[in-house]
Amino acid sequence: MSIRVQSVSKTFGSFRALDNINLDLEPGKLVALLGPSGCGKTTLLRVIAGLEWPDQGRIIIDGRDTDAVHARERQVGFVFQHYALFRHMTVFENIAFGLRVKAKDERPSEADITARVRELLNLVQLDWQADRYPAQLSGGQRQRIALARALAVRPKVLLLDEPFGALDAQVRKELRKWLRQLHDELHITSIFVTHDQDEALEVADQIVLVNQGRVEQVGAVQDVYDHPATAFAYKFLGGANRFEGVINGGHLMVGNTPLKLEGLVPANGTRAEAFARPYQVTIANNITGAESAIPITIQRATIRGNMVRVDATHAQTPQQVYEVELTREQWRGSGQTCGQPAFLLVGSLRAFAIQ
Amino acid sequence: MGRRFLPSAHQQVHGRQRALEQSPFGRQTGAMINLPIQTEPVRLAYLDLNSSPEQDVLVLSGDWVIGSVGAVDDQLANIARQGTKPLRVDPSGIARMDSAGAWMIARMKRDGERARRPVEIGASMPECQELLNQVLATLRPPLPIPRPVPGFIALLLGLGRYTISLGARISRMLSFFGLLLVTIASLISRPKHWRVTSMVFHMKAVGVDAVPIVGLMSFLIGVVLAYQGASQLQRFGAEVFTVNLIALSVLREIGILMTAILVAGRSGSAFTAAIGSMKLREEVDALRALGLNPVEVLVVPRALALLFTLPMLAVFAAIAGLLGGMIMCWSVLDISPVSFMVRLNEAVRINHFLVGIIKAPFFALAIATIGCFEGFEVEGSAESVGRLTTVSVVESIFVVIVLDAIFSIFFATINY
Repeated sequence: MSIRVQSVSKTFGSFRALDNINLDLEPGKLVALLGPSGCGKTTLLRVIAGLEWPDQGRIIIDGRDTDAVHARERQVGFVFQHYALFRHMTVFENIAFGLRVKAKDERPSEADITARVRELLNLVQLDWQADRYPAQLSGGQRQRIALARALAVRPKVLLLDEPFGALDAQVRKELRKWLRQLHDELHITSIFVTHDQDEALEVADQIVLVNQGRVEQVGAVQDVYDHPATAFAYKFLGGANRFEGVINGGHLMVGNTPLKLEGLVPANGTRAEAFARPYQVTIANNITGAESAIPITIQRATIRGNMVRVDATHAQTPQQVYEVELTREQWRGSGQTCGQPAFLLVGSLRAFAIQ
Repeated sequence: MGRRFLPSAHQQVHGRQRALEQSPFGRQTGAMINLPIQTEPVRLAYLDLNSSPEQDVLVLSGDWVIGSVGAVDDQLANIARQGTKPLRVDPSGIARMDSAGAWMIARMKRDGERARRPVEIGASMPECQELLNQVLATLRPPLPIPRPVPGFIALLLGLGRYTISLGARISRMLSFFGLLLVTIASLISRPKHWRVTSMVFHMKAVGVDAVPIVGLMSFLIGVVLAYQGASQLQRFGAEVFTVNLIALSVLREIGILMTAILVAGRSGSAFTAAIGSMKLREEVDALRALGLNPVEVLVVPRALALLFTLPMLAVFAAIAGLLGGMIMCWSVLDISPVSFMVRLNEAVRINHFLVGIIKAPFFALAIATIGCFEGFEVEGSAESVGRLTTVSVVESIFVVIVLDAIFSIFFATINY
């Protein structure tokens, strides 16, 4: 089911949690709401779920304005960071709860409920745990039960609020893969909130990057990673070398080195920053003249697998640190050693004015 | 003209000190210190201040790690704050640095700029540079220091703030009460949504389970009243009126009031704790996400359970209280149970019993509303559950007594 968020704003006191958010999410996709903590992503999710009311704007699920729809008919499944399982009920009862509390005319028969719960327990691979209580399960198991509970009512939309946030790294990795597989089986439109970029890159089809209550960028995962639209997107997603300087004649002057720019160039004289990911820059011994080349001193090279990570500093201002990622062949071919002066070759970059 | 700062002996880092070798230059050798935990010896942190007419240059060397920087902490802080000339810090001689050392260098920049003194941090060894950059990046402009408010005005300010927050709280509580009544009313036409199991469960928890303690307490109150009444009335030879005293006070006031206070402490707090911890664990949100109304699921069964059981408890309390009084009259005043009953029959009319019992449903609603409301007020931490549980008990006892006072005035006015 498609989800459309139309100019939604919400404030808590004087804090603007959501600032005129517009989103159009396609049906059947797994979408990650990604952003630093406190950026409003959880609030947005709760507004979509109907757990929170927006001050302005509308949420349209499957073409229907949710204002007009009772929470009962919204058909949203919600998975909480801390599982929120009902402690006094067994696993089986927890999953069955959503079905049992339906009005009498919609409620499935007891046999149907049992069948459905069994089916879900199989789906989350915990069918042998039906008679246990949540307290007797591990964190990862609890979160899978919480997911089964959310799926029991056959929601049109599945919302997950930092579903793996409270789990340790190993379990988190497994559950990520599992969630991806589950989504490929079920194809329910799903949104999950995370502040972990690796999680978003690994699991999601689409990323919505949120910062300070505003949407910074929306797009397919690879697209957002390869073509960040804003300085924030560059900094938050993936990490990058940062070049700061002043715009002069269509170039970004970093110290005495002019860097070539592409796209929209800010006005002459403005302070601006540009970014290049570690694998987008290389090292050379001398300048051929064509590229933008920054004089550097190589400090350290760390080898991991086939990749070499080179740490370097600017030759004149050693406070400025750069990171380069090369393959072993490139590193050997460059003939560089630590402590040696060299040049950092940078392609055309996009400059963002610094406010 | 260089001034040299060396940490004095008593400023040394903790641990046994083997030797403090000072070369003529004082820096390379430093002191070898045996720290009990650290295997690699920590060398001292050195600083060298060179003043020229245009600027001060501070040269740092040695180890700037957690075990060594404590000794130069004060000196460093003083250098940054005193003096007006531009300060250049040269950390290039530092051999080792951890975040404590980096922060102390970064702090100089912050302190200097606070005192409107330009501070420039030079480059350090590449191994340390990234750490130093990271720490420098976390520096924020200092928050403006709020102007101190004179004591009396601060008092008024606090009072005003408290009054406003109290007003907001009362209005939230009243709207919660309204919501509860509306939900109950809307449920009347929807018997499918009655949560009978839950209500019966709570009736047992707040009613049946409270019987022993309510009985014992009322019995003892009857004993106390009889004893106190007898000792006063005996002076006038009117000890037989002790029966009237016990009967009227237990039936009209004490029975129901003490029961309500006990239930408020027992069940009101349990409501707050249960709903509060559910709210904390997002279970309340989970209910809403499943399309359920938390008031309907959590509050109505509790409120109705209390509404039905508190009057029954009050009747039971009255009986237990009279029983206590009767036994006391028998043993101290030699009023036999039979004459106690006769006297009771003369003294008590049905309206005395009704005055007591009529108050029970009102007290029940007040306790349930406050207990559940405070549960929903829980936010953030487990600490807030504990705090609000206390608040809930105090508030519901207070409200019960206020209601009782209002009822007393009302019944006195209509002469019932």
